[in-house]
Amino acid sequence: MSDKPILEVRDLKMHFPVKEGILLRTNKFNKAVDGISLTIHRGETLGLVGESGCGKSTLGRCITRLYQPTSGSIYFEGQDITHLKGNALLPFRKDIQMIFQDPMESLNARHTVGDILEEPFIVQKIGDRISRKKQVLKLLDTVGLPARSTSRYPFEFSGGQRQRIGIARSIALNPKLVICDEPVSALDVSIQSQILNLLIDLQKEFNLSYLFIAHDLAVVKHISDRIAIMYLGKVVESAAGETIYRKPLHPYTRSLISAIPVPDPHRKVKRQVISGDVPSPIDPPSGCPFHPRCPQVMDRCKHEPPQLRSVADKHLVSCHLDL
Amino acid sequence: MPLLEVSNLITEFDTDEGRVRAVDQISFSANTGETLGIVGESGCGKSVTALSIMRLLPQPMGKIAGGSVLFQGVDLTTLPLSKMEKVRGNEIGMVFQEPMTALNPVHTIGKQIAEVLLLHNDYSTQRALKESVDILDRVGIPSPDIRMGEYPHQLSGGMRQRVVIAIALACKPKLLIADEPTTALDVTIQAQILELIKDLQAEMGMSVILITHDLGVIAETCEQVVVMYAGKIVEKGSVFDVFDNPSHPYTRGLLASIPTLETPPKSKLSVIDGMVPGLMDLPPGCRFENRCPYARHACGQSVPPIQVIEAQHEVSCFRWRDI
Ligand SMILES: Nc1ncnc2c1ncn2[C@@H]1O[C@H](COP(=O)(O)OP(=O)(O)OP(=O)(O)O)[C@@H](O)[C@H]1O
Ligand SMILES: Nc1ncnc2c1ncn2[C@@H]1O[C@H](COP(=O)(O)OP(=O)(O)OP(=O)(O)O)[C@@H](O)[C@H]1O
Ligand SMILES: [Mg+2]
Ligand SMILES: [Mg+2]
Repeated sequence: MSDKPILEVRDLKMHFPVKEGILLRTNKFNKAVDGISLTIHRGETLGLVGESGCGKSTLGRCITRLYQPTSGSIYFEGQDITHLKGNALLPFRKDIQMIFQDPMESLNARHTVGDILEEPFIVQKIGDRISRKKQVLKLLDTVGLPARSTSRYPFEFSGGQRQRIGIARSIALNPKLVICDEPVSALDVSIQSQILNLLIDLQKEFNLSYLFIAHDLAVVKHISDRIAIMYLGKVVESAAGETIYRKPLHPYTRSLISAIPVPDPHRKVKRQVISGDVPSPIDPPSGCPFHPRCPQVMDRCKHEPPQLRSVADKHLVSCHLDL
Repeated sequence: MPLLEVSNLITEFDTDEGRVRAVDQISFSANTGETLGIVGESGCGKSVTALSIMRLLPQPMGKIAGGSVLFQGVDLTTLPLSKMEKVRGNEIGMVFQEPMTALNPVHTIGKQIAEVLLLHNDYSTQRALKESVDILDRVGIPSPDIRMGEYPHQLSGGMRQRVVIAIALACKPKLLIADEPTTALDVTIQAQILELIKDLQAEMGMSVILITHDLGVIAETCEQVVVMYAGKIVEKGSVFDVFDNPSHPYTRGLLASIPTLETPPKSKLSVIDGMVPGLMDLPPGCRFENRCPYARHACGQSVPPIQVIEAQHEVSCFRWRDI
């Protein structure tokens, strides 16, 4: 891991307009991503955890520039790519790839696996037909699929195999950073471990950097060097995986950890369950976004939003409590 | 006497390609006041088992082709439909895998709960409505009197699932069958729902059959566990038997493949290679044979009989003693 970050995100915001009323006027915004800063180093995995709707995918889509962020900046290898367009963006499209939760959504069902895997080379105008076919076979081998898969269609594969196809496509052009958006959430337990092993092997082989999005903290901890916990569009805590698990400081992180069911029947403990639902990012609570559910809420939390502050080496928390 | 005793249950579907056996001679029982967990790969027959018990198999394709389901000593498989309707909701409540399909989008929450109460009790409308508010309150829906007048789409996923549970519990059933009640939910909401089921169970002395693929959830909530694979039960026993002394290679594979918060980051996870055989081409022998690291010639020849390891711990494997 070198010291120069491969990715640096500064105060990124993505506010979606919400159309209301018969005139479809925009009075409100869905603050899906609301001021996020993070860095990822070469060969490093940053895990991103948070509940449904907290903005994880949106953040990933901003980084890959599928969305144009409302404000803030994205630096890739030191270069500001926030506002690049068209041809200027092309080299970065190659370097930053994405793996999706449901590979069926991202794989064109009417194309053979061979065509799907060849496409990125064609788009980037790399090699001739023969060399591209060779590359495709090499990719299939890398992700552990048989060569004869080229003439078959995505629906002929199992969920785990389809995810391998998705992974093969995302690594086709030797990317430097891969955004993995819940790549194993839809898979059976017995398949999930195959994909996690594959991602870890590929990282070692190609020195890849990952932003690994998931809501299963055990999975995230397994693959990540550092973990960032998100709540309603904001990062509320970030630290090394082990620290997040052993010494969680933010009350939300603590409740997340306590909510994980542990596969050990000898450890039946009464959990510390937090009440209430995740609020909407359209009308986020004032002050700290977690305050309506926080077991340790103080008066100050209701109107003063806490800032992310450093509490120990590489351990950031956004909370008014004296931690 | 157990509350529910399933013996040699066989469930088949007529499909375009022919008849398939989704559940093949399974036997298990659920004790009063206890929770029985059913785990297994996607498609192994968990939901079909639940639907068979409830006699809610899709018609005309699905039918129970053998075996019995004794509930308080009465065989539900041969019960006249009019009597079965009384059992459903009144004595056995069910939470379906997709909460949205269980709720009627055009009726208010209140109406849907009150209807169940009116159907099974000799209540006045007034009393049914009052009791509905109480039930919503019990499952942790804030301001239940207001929510009574709302429609399903106005509730969050977690609240909807609580409403579904409220409906299943409305008539204080003796048995609750919950099919993946928390899979679609966030971790903190999942924790709330599991605690809720546990509390209500303790309060009402109800038995629960919990279907899930999350081994953590099983370890935390169940007394007994049934492990299914390709339509058959491969292992069953107390939660301690199954987690401390997993005896079927599939159970072992499952337990070994999940990352826990204790596994070292980026370490190799153990995997189960290969795929589940399709129902149309089931092998003559053990159904796990093609993926089993311990398979021998005999395993492919005939179906392994159920063998008793001790008291209530049973496994269906030729080689359990050697592994
Ligand atoms: N293209 C879009 N237009 C408008 N709103 C959007 C769009 N994409 C996402 N949102 C909204 O932004 C918020 C964050 O959504 P996002 O998909 O990023 O959440 P997530 O953390 O990935 O959740 P999940 O775990 O369910 O995938 C949600 O309220 C969502 O409805
Ligand atoms: N209506 C049907 N017609 C034909 N086959 C069916 C039908 N319903 C279910 N099956 C088959 O029965 C088998 C068992 O399905 P079931 O829904 O019980 O799986 P499951 O264990 O609940 O899986 P999951 O974890 O994905 O919910 C599957 O192979 C499925 O394809
Ligand atoms: Mg998402
Ligand atoms: Mg099911």
